[in-house]
Amino acid sequence: MYALSSALVLYAFWLLLSGYFTAFLMTAGAVSAIAVVALARRMDLVDHEGHPIHLGWRALTYWPWLIIEIVKSAWDVSKIILNPRLPISPNLVRVKTSQKTTVGVVTYANSITLTPGTISVDVKRGEILVHALTREGAAGLEQGEMDRRVTRFEGGH
Amino acid sequence: MNLVVDIVSWACLVSGGIFCAIGGLGLVRMPDFYTRMHAASVTDTLGAGLILFGLILQAGLTLIAVKLLIIGLLILFTSPAATHALAKAALTRGLKPLLVEEGSPSSKP
Repeated sequence: MYALSSALVLYAFWLLLSGYFTAFLMTAGAVSAIAVVALARRMDLVDHEGHPIHLGWRALTYWPWLIIEIVKSAWDVSKIILNPRLPISPNLVRVKTSQKTTVGVVTYANSITLTPGTISVDVKRGEILVHALTREGAAGLEQGEMDRRVTRFEGGH
Repeated sequence: MNLVVDIVSWACLVSGGIFCAIGGLGLVRMPDFYTRMHAASVTDTLGAGLILFGLILQAGLTLIAVKLLIIGLLILFTSPAATHALAKAALTRGLKPLLVEEGSPSSKP
């Protein structure tokens, strides 16, 4: 199941990158895709973690929200940079995580880092150490909206 | 129609460039290592994103647009990983972040 969908995704990736639809190159692509999946199987990498297809549809609702958050906070950080007084209040906070799977925790930590103004410094089970540029940024994170959305994204509810 | 797409695309390219410059300026203005990383992430996300979006509009519905989209996805996945690795390495090595309030319980790593 995971092997089949990995091979299909890899093959689609090959076709998109090559852009030549001749018989030889399409066969070469199919052989490469199957070879890569076979090697990955031997290395025991083909599982729900390396290729999380079960998250596919939920990503479509989570990513647009995340992109809007990124744009909003990038705008805020830009205003801080351009402000002549440089109004920063850097602090470290511990943020609780409610995700059950490793993929969920990684998604949450990466989302925190991706939004400008907050960086996840250390990830432990159940909490993430976050460095925030302003106190407002840390407070916004502690309200836990992103945490809830990531948990819904990984399928907790 | 073509003109509208061109105008939107150029607006994206120019504003993306401006955000890259803002990120660079922040890199110079910020006081310590950790706060500088925040400034760099503006360049990573909004700067690169707007430039890529402008280029996608220029490319139209072609394979090039798909490749640009894949570059964007690559940035979205790799840049937080690199940023996190840098920050964690700095903290493990013992580089103390500049904090606004010293000695509060939440400031001890």
